Amino acid sequence: MQKVIMGNHALSWGALLSRAEVIAAYPITPQTEVVELLSNMCADGDLDAQFIKVESEHSAMAASMGASAAGARTFTATSAQGLALMHEVLHWATGARLPIVMGNINRAMAPPWTIWTEQTDSISERDTGWLQIYTSSIQEIMDSVIQAYKVAEQVYLPVMVVLDSFVLSHTNENCDIPDQSKVDAYLPKFENAYKLDVAKPAAYGGLTGPDWYYELRYKIQKDTERSLDLFEETGKEFGEMFGRPYGLVETYKLDDAEIVLVTSASIASTARPVIDQLREEGHKAGLVRIRVFRPFPSDLLRKLLQGRKKVLVIDRNISFGMSGAFYEETKAALYNEKSAPPMWGYIAGLGGRDVPVDVIKETFLETIKEDHPEGDIIWIGVKK
Amino acid sequence: MKYTIPAEEVMCSGHKACQGCGAALAMRYALKALGPRTIMTFPACCWSVIDGPFPYSAVGVPLFHTAFETAAVVASGIRAGLDARGEEDINVVAWAGDGGTFDIGIQALSGTTERNDNIIYVCYDNEAYMNTGVQRSSATPWGAVTSTTPARHFKQERKKDMMAILAAHSIPYTASASVAYPEDFVKKLNYAKSIKGTKFLHILASCPPGWRSAPELAVQLARLAVQTHVFPLYEIHEGRYFRMSMNPKKKPITEYLKPQGRFRHLTEEQVADMDRMVDERYEYLLEQAERSKPYFEDKKGN
Amino acid sequence: MSEEIKWTKESDMPLMAMSMGRMTVNKTGSWRNLRPVVDKDKCNKCGICWKFCPDVSIKMDAEDYPVVDLEYCKGCGICATECPKDAITMVKES
Ligand SMILES: Cc1ncc(C[n+]2csc(CCOP(=O)(O)OP(=O)(O)O)c2C)c(N)n1
Ligand code: SF4
Ligand code: SF4
Ligand code: SF4
Ligand SMILES: [Mg+2]
Repeated sequence: MQKVIMGNHALSWGALLSRAEVIAAYPITPQTEVVELLSNMCADGDLDAQFIKVESEHSAMAASMGASAAGARTFTATSAQGLALMHEVLHWATGARLPIVMGNINRAMAPPWTIWTEQTDSISERDTGWLQIYTSSIQEIMDSVIQAYKVAEQVYLPVMVVLDSFVLSHTNENCDIPDQSKVDAYLPKFENAYKLDVAKPAAYGGLTGPDWYYELRYKIQKDTERSLDLFEETGKEFGEMFGRPYGLVETYKLDDAEIVLVTSASIASTARPVIDQLREEGHKAGLVRIRVFRPFPSDLLRKLLQGRKKVLVIDRNISFGMSGAFYEETKAALYNEKSAPPMWGYIAGLGGRDVPVDVIKETFLETIKEDHPEGDIIWIGVKK
Repeated sequence: MKYTIPAEEVMCSGHKACQGCGAALAMRYALKALGPRTIMTFPACCWSVIDGPFPYSAVGVPLFHTAFETAAVVASGIRAGLDARGEEDINVVAWAGDGGTFDIGIQALSGTTERNDNIIYVCYDNEAYMNTGVQRSSATPWGAVTSTTPARHFKQERKKDMMAILAAHSIPYTASASVAYPEDFVKKLNYAKSIKGTKFLHILASCPPGWRSAPELAVQLARLAVQTHVFPLYEIHEGRYFRMSMNPKKKPITEYLKPQGRFRHLTEEQVADMDRMVDERYEYLLEQAERSKPYFEDKKGN
Repeated sequence: MSEEIKWTKESDMPLMAMSMGRMTVNKTGSWRNLRPVVDKDKCNKCGICWKFCPDVSIKMDAEDYPVVDLEYCKGCGICATECPKDAITMVKES
């Protein structure tokens, strides 16, 4: 079925098609439409799920933990302040190995109050062990929710599907909504082997000393690494079934590129015409959009980026005192490579400041002009 | 022997509670009443240690350890997960200390209660944060010494009336209990099991190290708390109708206070002040019970 | 009764901190300073001692007399205090 839907509704549709059994969520701009549509889907009987209308995001995640521990497929969604409020229990979901899927709409953190897009909210949670997918189209949001469950339930780890506020959350696009039967074939019913079960009583999460805690963390890392392959496999399988393949990254005109932009989310979409323009002007430009950020696709990026003349990264997030996260991590991935290209790290678009074609072009031209980057952080468009 | 509480033990020996721990007794009784078709969740509290370290457990039912402030809503989530899968006959129980209930967990508890989610919430009240070394909580009684309310500046605030707060959510059942009266506690849990909605049980659980009392007196103190009217046993049905579970002739409050080091510093006048507060509250409860009489006459049985 | 669980490597362990055995592995009898001793002559077989043991360490035998499980009894003395017949005395462990 073809349907014009907004980005937020793509999350709801993703949860519906995945046959989420429990939803626990709390409203926050710009996420509210996700919850509203899901409430309606439940009320109308289109979605046979328990909807817990919790009193906070902290409780949304805690309720999701309980539901997931009981063996139910569980969905929630939030943004910015709500995500930050969940912080403690985000770690809990990972440590308890609960395959929860959550939508997060990237909104800048207050103060000052703001509702516009920036990735610092989800980037701040990158060390909680949640796998993270950064999307760049409405269709991809919906498809990613379905794919997220398929990966989460194999590695027993939670997954966050991330999208830009307004730019994606409130933009309408034509979407292909696949047949339920096809989605059921791709994502079968899930039986959690570790669920709370009165027939096999066990305690989960009891006090663990230094003698075995370390190994439990090792297991999380190993399964997180394994999820990298699973994201590739399930993305390919998705392509075979639905005609839309997904990978860890998406590239554009990369093959012969000498100067490569690495970025994420909607900035990557805006960057495509810039690449075309630059190519017309004689620069061999290319693009890598990082889709799966956790686990970080270091191997793949090394393969894609080493030997290039120059790499620039645009980040719509900031780790104060350092730089943007995509830049930090891409640079770290290449550090030990002999033919690592010099790398420029640009900050742009914080708090929803527009990042139009000419801003992206400016970052390219700056990079082209210089032989070597000066420092770790370059601000674009600060009014000075 | 005639058993006055179920003979079956679900909880086992070998747990990590201190000698004479009321919280351990409370759990033993609770599981007798609830039986093995029960799933529990514990926030941070003494019971996160008592149950035993990974890979062992003492409770004998599925248990999800959770963050300090989340017991009630994790229980809501477990209930939703079970309901979604048609396993509606399992008891879902949040089991939390007074800190996890009166203080840090009150928001989530209020949410669960306001939605009237179908769970049983048991607060075992040892009247301080015992797990972290006896700091005051809002359940610590007036006059008590804790590690954050030293004798020269003992707790100046009265114990929060958690039963009233819960009842104000109009849930079907709110009840207090004491580890000295296991038959009463078991009966209340059986009633809680038999009805839908949020059921809140508040059980006084003596704590020898926290109360600075002898372990062999743990049950006696929990009994004296009731007999001196310090911790009355009563129920609130539908958030409005009160019923005293027992109405013992009042023993002198000093019988309860004297054996506890946490009250040792109190002067005679201060004890008299405390006694007045206890009487005030008890009278209020009796008035409420009097007012509620017609309700229970109509209801018969329970 | 539960066996002690011994692992040598991470692959022996479950995915998460999930219990695999019961706390009966933990023989808390070693905590005890005082040992409850039952005087059958005084005992009326009421079971009150059984009822109030926080450590599930009293069982009633075939004749309904209480038997203390010294593997687990922590020696708190509640049983002795609660016994209506003064049939339990706490004696020092040697
Ligand atoms: C968010 C958070 N803050 C603080 C703590 C530390 N903490 C653990 S248990 C506890 C006190 C528990 O008190 P209570 O709920 O009364 O249970 P008790 O230990 O008395 O059984 C505290 C402060 C924590 N685990 N999590
Ligand atoms: S500190 Fe108190 S509540 Fe905690 S285990 Fe010891 S006796 Fe029980
Ligand atoms: S409480 Fe005393 S009298 Fe009753 S069974 Fe135990 S030992 Fe015997
Ligand atoms: S001394 Fe305490 S632990 Fe030992 S049997 Fe008596 S009540 Fe139980
Ligand atoms: Mg406490």
